[in-house]
Amino acid sequence: MELKPETLAEIEEAIPKYPEKQSAVMPLLHAIQKDQGLLTNETAEWVAGKLGMEAIQVLAVITFYPFFRQHRIGKRHIRVCRTLSCAMAGGAKVCDKMLSEFDTDLNEISPDGEVTVEFAECLASCGSAPVMLVDDELHENLDEEKTKAICDQIKSEAVQA
Amino acid sequence: MAIHPREQRIILKYADEPGYTPDIDCYMRHGGYEMLKKTVGMDKQTICDEVKNSQLRGRGGAGFPAGVKWSFVDRKSGKPVYMVCNCDESEPGTFKDRQIVHKDPHQLIEGIMISCFATDCAKAFIYIREEMPKGAKILEQAIKEAKEKNFVGDDILGSGYSCDIVVHRGAAAYICGEETGLIESLEGKRANPRIKPPYFPAALGLYMCPTIVNNVETLCNVKHILEMGAEEYAKIGRPNNTGTRIWCVSGGVKRPGYYEVAGITLGELVYDICGGPKEGRTVKAIIPGGSSMKILKNGERFRGKDRDGNEYDWGIEDIPLDYDGIAAAGSMSGSGGMMVLDDSVEIPVALANLMAFYSHESCGQCTPCREGSLWLKKITTRMVHGEARPEDVDLLRSVADQIEGRTICAFGFAVAWPVQSYLDKFEEEFRDLAQRHSHLGGDRTAAKELACNH
Repeated sequence: MELKPETLAEIEEAIPKYPEKQSAVMPLLHAIQKDQGLLTNETAEWVAGKLGMEAIQVLAVITFYPFFRQHRIGKRHIRVCRTLSCAMAGGAKVCDKMLSEFDTDLNEISPDGEVTVEFAECLASCGSAPVMLVDDELHENLDEEKTKAICDQIKSEAVQA
Repeated sequence: MAIHPREQRIILKYADEPGYTPDIDCYMRHGGYEMLKKTVGMDKQTICDEVKNSQLRGRGGAGFPAGVKWSFVDRKSGKPVYMVCNCDESEPGTFKDRQIVHKDPHQLIEGIMISCFATDCAKAFIYIREEMPKGAKILEQAIKEAKEKNFVGDDILGSGYSCDIVVHRGAAAYICGEETGLIESLEGKRANPRIKPPYFPAALGLYMCPTIVNNVETLCNVKHILEMGAEEYAKIGRPNNTGTRIWCVSGGVKRPGYYEVAGITLGELVYDICGGPKEGRTVKAIIPGGSSMKILKNGERFRGKDRDGNEYDWGIEDIPLDYDGIAAAGSMSGSGGMMVLDDSVEIPVALANLMAFYSHESCGQCTPCREGSLWLKKITTRMVHGEARPEDVDLLRSVADQIEGRTICAFGFAVAWPVQSYLDKFEEEFRDLAQRHSHLGGDRTAAKELACNH
């Protein structure tokens, strides 16, 4: 596993923050997932060695938390809130629009490799429902038009890149 | 967001002021950290007594008196005491901590440091949910700024007291909002909640050390209690329901949003402040304190006797908007996340949406919850799809009854209460749906979109 120097620096910085090393398992997994795009058995072994844990303990953490993944996703991670307030405000339509714009299915990598669209549970912004996260960016009060504009933005950024 | 004239803003006083920014200079221009400066010269017990006398109750869900919680901390163990700020804000319907963290992070930092000083904590952790990545960055930056000014870190303001704050990001698991699940997660494990007794955080918390777990809004209140004095603070609201609360309103109202208020009724919030139902709609029901809380049906009467023996007979709009008021109506104010369901919402379908949530979020540790929540999802889903069986209504109740009280943590109640209360209040809707199962026909698209449980 080849990690970027900044990822390694982030890891070294995270460990001493905690009274016990094992507490750093989540920060380490966050850093590695950002670097590698996913978490593998090799990751689990590497983190275990780093923190004095068993690999199975790290794997137990990886498989428990929905955000940690053992599969690849598209370049942009789209998470549309599906919980009640967003659903009442049309979250399902937002999701359908995203899927049709990128000609893809839920949880799949779109054919152009640009996105993976998922449903997420309550994103804690129910007053501006429906909402979705595009990577770290929260988009609120969505309708079909706004959703389309976000898709266009993602596509134009993909062309530029 | 525009501030409504009926609001009484203390915690969110500056959050939406034009030009107010999350940096430390702005916070200090508004009097920030002055209270911490005074606090570090004060007697610790005096501070704890003030918090206790203010009658401040936890804003995260259970509403336990914060000062009493602090007093439970085991000081004889010789182990370090830890402070954990619960910023996992994940109860559907709740979005108040988001406002504080993103717009006024230093208020939280000051609240944490005052609380840590008073309770002699060795270290503080802010557990923030993964879905607020920007919030985590804002907090990191705020802590860095506060360290530069010696408000956080070693020998704070020359007092000899040292305490650091660590921001810890979750990874999208709802159960981390449960305090013992949070602690397990912070220890680097699966967030399986611990059984109480013996694992009360005040005695056996983080690393088996005494630990205080407080919600973001609760910790912010501490600063204002000390500023005002417990006696003045306790004049806001009603006895045993002191201070303001930030209510988050979503769903079928004209002006959804967050509103910091005290001493008003549910009707004043929903109809006056939030503008009532959307055009052409009526309020059908209200989930008062986050999706786990029992539903209140519009049109029913809420009767009983209060603790002074006085009889009350309320409509939904008369319910006092506080812990005791909503409890007297048979539900809980929870985390202040209020969902308004209008007459366009089919109750069994709303339940299907929530059961998909709970079955996804069950940690899987206790069999009744792990299996039961999935059953509840399956049954409600087939109702949505027009495939309900005649026995399904009774089966729903039976499964919910078997979860309630049979699990390690309160998640079991959180799954069971919606099912039980929706059935209690809207049984005819469920029966109707179950009876019509074979000839439902028609377009179920809207129902499937609302259930949204792919």
